Amino acid sequence: MEAFHISDIPKTERITKLIDDLFANMPVIESARAKLVTESYKETEGEPIITRRAKAFAHILRYIPITIRDQELIVGSSTLAPRGCQTFPEYSYEWLEAEFDTVATRAADPFYIAEETKAELREVHKYWKGKTTSELASAYMAPEAARAIEHSIFTPGNYYYNGIGHITVKYWEMLEIGCEGIIEKTKAELAACRVGDGDYAKKSSFLQAVILSCQAVMEYASRYAALAREMAGQCTDPVRRQELLTIAANCDRVPAKGARGFYEACQSFWFVQQLLQMESSGHSISPGRFDQYMYPYYKKDIEQGKITREFAQELMDCVWVKLNDLNKCRDGVSAEGFAGYSLFQNLIAGGQDENGEDATNDLSFMCIQASKHVHLPQPSFSIRVWNGSPHEFLIKAAELTRTGLGQPAYYNDEVIIPSLQNRGLTLEEARDYCIIGCVEPQKAGRTDGWHDAAFFNMCRPLELVFSNGWDKGELVGIETGDVTKMETFEEFCDAYKKQMDYCISLLVNADNAIDVAHAERCPLPFESCLVDDCLKSGKSLQEGGARYNFTGPQGFGIANIADSFYAIRTLVYEQKKITMQELKEALAWNYGKGLDERSAADLTTTILREALASGQKVDANMAETVLRTVLNTKPEPAKLARYEEIHSLIEAVPKYGNNIPEVDQLAREMAYYYTKPVQTFRNPRGGWYQAGLYPVSANVPLGAQTGATPDGRYAHTPVADGVSPSAGRDVKGPTAAASSVARLDHFIVSNGTLFNQKFHPSALSGREGLEKFVALIRGFFDQKGMHMQFNVVSRETLLDAQEHPENYKQLVVRVAGYSALFTTLSRSLQDDIINRTEQGF
Amino acid sequence: MDYMDTTGRVFDIQRYSIHDGPGIRTIVFLKGCVLRCRWCCNPESQEYRIQTMMVQGVEKTIGRDVTVREMLAEVEQDRPYYSRSGGGMTLSGGECLCQPEFTAALLRAAKEHGINTAIESMACASWEKIEAILPWLDRYLMDIKHMNGAKHKEFTGRDNALMLENARKVALSGQTELIIRVPVIPTFNDSVEEIQAIARFAATLPGVRKIHLLPYHRLGQDKYDGLGREYLMKEILPPTAEHMDTLKKAVHAVCGLDCQIGG
Repeated sequence: MEAFHISDIPKTERITKLIDDLFANMPVIESARAKLVTESYKETEGEPIITRRAKAFAHILRYIPITIRDQELIVGSSTLAPRGCQTFPEYSYEWLEAEFDTVATRAADPFYIAEETKAELREVHKYWKGKTTSELASAYMAPEAARAIEHSIFTPGNYYYNGIGHITVKYWEMLEIGCEGIIEKTKAELAACRVGDGDYAKKSSFLQAVILSCQAVMEYASRYAALAREMAGQCTDPVRRQELLTIAANCDRVPAKGARGFYEACQSFWFVQQLLQMESSGHSISPGRFDQYMYPYYKKDIEQGKITREFAQELMDCVWVKLNDLNKCRDGVSAEGFAGYSLFQNLIAGGQDENGEDATNDLSFMCIQASKHVHLPQPSFSIRVWNGSPHEFLIKAAELTRTGLGQPAYYNDEVIIPSLQNRGLTLEEARDYCIIGCVEPQKAGRTDGWHDAAFFNMCRPLELVFSNGWDKGELVGIETGDVTKMETFEEFCDAYKKQMDYCISLLVNADNAIDVAHAERCPLPFESCLVDDCLKSGKSLQEGGARYNFTGPQGFGIANIADSFYAIRTLVYEQKKITMQELKEALAWNYGKGLDERSAADLTTTILREALASGQKVDANMAETVLRTVLNTKPEPAKLARYEEIHSLIEAVPKYGNNIPEVDQLAREMAYYYTKPVQTFRNPRGGWYQAGLYPVSANVPLGAQTGATPDGRYAHTPVADGVSPSAGRDVKGPTAAASSVARLDHFIVSNGTLFNQKFHPSALSGREGLEKFVALIRGFFDQKGMHMQFNVVSRETLLDAQEHPENYKQLVVRVAGYSALFTTLSRSLQDDIINRTEQGF
Repeated sequence: MDYMDTTGRVFDIQRYSIHDGPGIRTIVFLKGCVLRCRWCCNPESQEYRIQTMMVQGVEKTIGRDVTVREMLAEVEQDRPYYSRSGGGMTLSGGECLCQPEFTAALLRAAKEHGINTAIESMACASWEKIEAILPWLDRYLMDIKHMNGAKHKEFTGRDNALMLENARKVALSGQTELIIRVPVIPTFNDSVEEIQAIARFAATLPGVRKIHLLPYHRLGQDKYDGLGREYLMKEILPPTAEHMDTLKKAVHAVCGLDCQIGG
């Protein structure tokens, strides 16, 4: 058999229909799971928590309504409505109840919710008061950490309100030995426990819970087998009837037993993927190296003539569609941070095997093909790149990039493997890494990475330097002294370092409080049985059962920080063109733009808090008077002009993203202010912290909580995205931006970095365009960049930008070597460019 | 004087250029030109003197004097991308042969540092100047705009005889890969006959295998306003994709050259 085929496989009509059906309606919130988990919990009070979790999981899987959608080949749906979502009141519920009436109309990720569902959930929620992970986490959290969250220094919202997820389990083990095999292994562990062992109580109840959970999964699959058979009995179309009978046979077999062929393997994979997300509300449950663990089944079937490439492709396409059938409703603020209904189920193809040889195979190419066919947000599709990656593989990936899907993301083995070894993984384990969620590397089946543990806004501690630790009338950071009296740049950096160190320790406090709450209230027996070494240690993942335990909070705003410090060093300390006092005022006045509503509200809060502290009485009248005064306050014209001048001076200083060594070097150092302290902390599961540098889409909502920064960024505008340069500040094109980004130390950022670039499709036109695009990625990776992803601007985007230029101020198009801000071009030139977009293919 | 200290006048650097020679390239735009093509998309390149141009409402100085050493340092920045793509440096303009010493020294510096070189040029210079750069030049992207000398003069300000003669001499030298480029300008040279005439000529040049047809675009139009000049081709629309295709087929009908649309 050849290593791989590169020819395209056509998309079948079934896939088009499945997708059309999936997206026909707005997603719906359903109450079945919430009701069932509550019923079960009411019956198991007083039992060990791990037992209660297993019983609740079993109760849900026994009674939750099931459905097989028209034309499906892979079955298993968590909701009756396509793309619907269940809720998880054991984690948190108050936000949902508070947002019942806005969740259908909000801008980011709306969900329909029926009045009846609201009533049912309200009833159910009564039980959960005081019992959620979220409430326990709050109880464990230090007050100063809670205050820092309140002041948006960082936000640990993800795990504070939801399950953890962020894992790739041993799918391959389920494919190979099935639930029965896992039960057998568990029973063997159980048999080895002696009643006199010190850990007997916890270990034996955990192992029993695993057995119960696996049995529940088998039972759930049997329900699907029965349903498929019943539907086949009523089906008049002979082709569909046969399909349903095959589905029934598959569900009889897997995941109870090992898969015998590719179709069974796909179905078995799917039940695991779906049910992990029924057990908990964690997202970023990532399929990982699908092309690797599925390959033996594919290869065997192809060699024995049991399957065609075309049918295998259709099955994979069906799996891809199913990944979009799962959904999750987040609270309003988080929904903005994770906009796009994304579950971040990251699936990665290509790269090295554990012996360091290239592992690209037929399925790697078919993964690209599936993403081309379905053209949907899920899976979050990734490509591993190393010096030995087949060129054709990258060209195919580039073709997918060119479609404007925003996928795949490209990852550099040459950086990630050593970065994981540096965290204690063996060379073999590191070579076998996959990506979780957005950009986070881990060794599948052995790691509880707690990636995405919090968003840490690196700009906020800088604001604290200017305010001596105070924010809105409260001491949030530490008092580092009067910024205007800092005589040297080193002194200024030192103040920032102190604020950072303190804020990072608060972040760790918050994350660890949440971590403990999950261990105590929501251990997950099913997920745990698919990760080494939970069975051996007799501990759930949440209690530290995994071989590798990390906590990975991500910092963002590195570009703003680098540019800010470079501007301050240059203008305040070296050239002395601005005094620190002037800069402080200019920031407070938003470079002369005046106080916007948010700043005015913040200032009012500060004044009122100070009034309260000094013993004055504060009432609504006083608040209104203060607010009105604040809103009407304007600096004198001469000062205003100076603030604007300061802004121009800052604008003229070189910026990160243009391949200027001094600026980029400073960026590298500033990133250490976050990454180095983070890795000194430990989590309650016995592992270490490791830093990431990426924002998902939180740079926008969290930027809205951030005042003006010394890089010339205006108040409440977005903070820079990931490790990318600030929007519009990189003016020397993609190679210069990439080289700047590569100058950061990516090896230390083992929880992932994120570098976005935008392209006009003409830059990828023809084979030549693809070749040069691949060379750009290679060139970036040669310089030890870790990750790169691309937005290719579509024709639709350009048309929309013509209609709504205000939303596209930063849209740069490159045509025939020209770069231009699209919205500043005349209409007819814009039309020319739009026409060229079409010619790009 | 060390040749690395030769100075020249440039007005722009374009990195990640992917339409002007093999691989990912950095284009260095030299200031000054012998021609005054009506459609010129870089009108700020034409005069050698340093000028100011309004760009999006802000005055911008066009042109700066640099040494070869400084220029090479900028070009060096994208070396990782050249080595992955087979790219390098392309000199454009203006007409780089208007600054022959600087052009020769910069090309030499690039070659000696292992960077692939190309120029985009009309070959409108004395043969001695061209001969001097050939040892350092991997690829010559030579513009041939029209075969009719009078029409050439009317639209560009100069007759074409010297350029056609130089084209043949460059080809005969065998020292560089010569590619013929034709800007396709409606009302000037966009008829099948005119393009075929150029193609026939190109096919007679020894060693030439490729001809590029570059469709006229209006992306330089705003610059005329910025320089306070009138753009004489306002009413001219870019050729359609269909017409470009017709021209490509017309080229193939009269010669065996490999013809592509765009650079």
